[in-house]
Amino acid sequence: MSNLDDGEFRVYLEDVDLQRGQRTIFQGLTCGFPRGGISVVLGGSGVGKSTLLRLIGGLVRPNAGRVFVAGQDITRQSESELFRTREYLGMLFQGGALLDSLTVFDNVALPLREHTHLSEADIAGEVGRRLEAVGLSDVDDLLPGKLSGGMSRRAALARAIVTDPEIVLVDEPFSGLDPVNLRRIENLLVDLNRRLGITLVVTSHHIASTARMADQVVFLVDAQALSGSLPELLEAGDPRLMKFMAAERDADTQVAAIAPESDA
Amino acid sequence: MRARLETLGARTLDGIGALGAVAVLALQIVRMGLKPPYRLRRWVDEVLDSGVRSVLIVCLSGATVGASLSLLGYGTLSRFGAEGFLGALVGHALVRELGPVLTALLVAGRAGSAMAAEIASMVQTEQLDGLRMMSIDPVDYVITPKACSMIAVMPLLYGLFVVVALLGALYVGVDLLGVDRGQFLSSLEDALNFREHVAQGLVKALAFGVLVGLIATYRGYTSEPTSAGVSAATTGTVVTASVSILVCNYVITALWGI
Repeated sequence: MSNLDDGEFRVYLEDVDLQRGQRTIFQGLTCGFPRGGISVVLGGSGVGKSTLLRLIGGLVRPNAGRVFVAGQDITRQSESELFRTREYLGMLFQGGALLDSLTVFDNVALPLREHTHLSEADIAGEVGRRLEAVGLSDVDDLLPGKLSGGMSRRAALARAIVTDPEIVLVDEPFSGLDPVNLRRIENLLVDLNRRLGITLVVTSHHIASTARMADQVVFLVDAQALSGSLPELLEAGDPRLMKFMAAERDADTQVAAIAPESDA
Repeated sequence: MRARLETLGARTLDGIGALGAVAVLALQIVRMGLKPPYRLRRWVDEVLDSGVRSVLIVCLSGATVGASLSLLGYGTLSRFGAEGFLGALVGHALVRELGPVLTALLVAGRAGSAMAAEIASMVQTEQLDGLRMMSIDPVDYVITPKACSMIAVMPLLYGLFVVVALLGALYVGVDLLGVDRGQFLSSLEDALNFREHVAQGLVKALAFGVLVGLIATYRGYTSEPTSAGVSAATTGTVVTASVSILVCNYVITALWGI
């Protein structure tokens, strides 16, 4: 609790239990995400990586325990209070979650139009700047359906940061991307963190990029979390983590064997 | 036996729970509808979208229903030499009963199911969660304009249906079967008055608009985030809306006479 007040953690989960029907997803899960750092949430599929982000965003409420975001316990907040807390948060969904009836420009402009009194000219300038920052130009008038996976993810990233949130939650940014696009998204995320000091919480099962970018790793296993920096965790040598790392490495080497040039 | 009773009990509870959830959504929609920002632009877009989607099918069905009513009515009336009353017969049937009911069923099948499918696929692709994370309430931004658009669409399409159906009836009765045009029109005019007939048709159309809008948005909004969820929302909308329209129609007809 004390480390909430001194601001070390901007997001903190305390003793969280979550049940979905008969299935226990989290039991006594406790973990924190430091201010201004990049935290990568690792874990096999189905362990609840996305659910963890949804808990932080207040989209899912835990059965027990507390979730602190920017110093506030969101498990006690009403729906309308949650809408105010979410102003600290931006979220990049795996599929992008861009509104498919609006153009890319209107999608990125939406939070500004809803929450600020900026003039259309100012909004156009701001949106243009953000789209440029994620390396998208000349796509303003396209509908999201026309974009490739990597492009729509970058557009969604532009939308997630357009209101300058303090914390950005990123769900599986690397899945289904070719190595070039993967590095591009990775560099964008690192750049956001280093340049703007945004606290990032990223879910992934991509070991190489985790090793490159993570200040802290939260490994989800058996409904609980192991956290620390990657070297620390490897040092501690939890067999479940070692098994996970070995399996993911194997998958990577197999891919590399089939397409040796792919990591270029 | 006991298992059956338990299933029955569980189903009943589910049904009551769903009714409560619909009522809550309806209240939210009313609150969002009355609170600024009014999102008139989105509402007009939705009205055009659902309205235009249904215009063709409403016109086609109207013309054929009017034409066959005319054929049917002529066969019976001419036996008594009363074919001059064809206009009155057709008008009564269309304005109060067939017009609102058939329009609502068609709109539920065309625009209502499309609306449910659209919202359900937004649930599936996390677009509504995306809105929530941007501190935008999806009920305010997506659901309310869609649900409210039905309230405007239904009376408009009802009017269109009745006019096209009367034209169809007129064509078959006068041009094909040889009823006197003047007699057809004057009997139609004498038989209908605004308070009793047209107002009842309009009230029904409004009520059905509320029903279809609410059912379609509820089914979409509460759908499971899977492909099966999208299809369940779509078929569920058509079935639930159709049954509710027919029941509601009987209730209004029965109450209007009192």
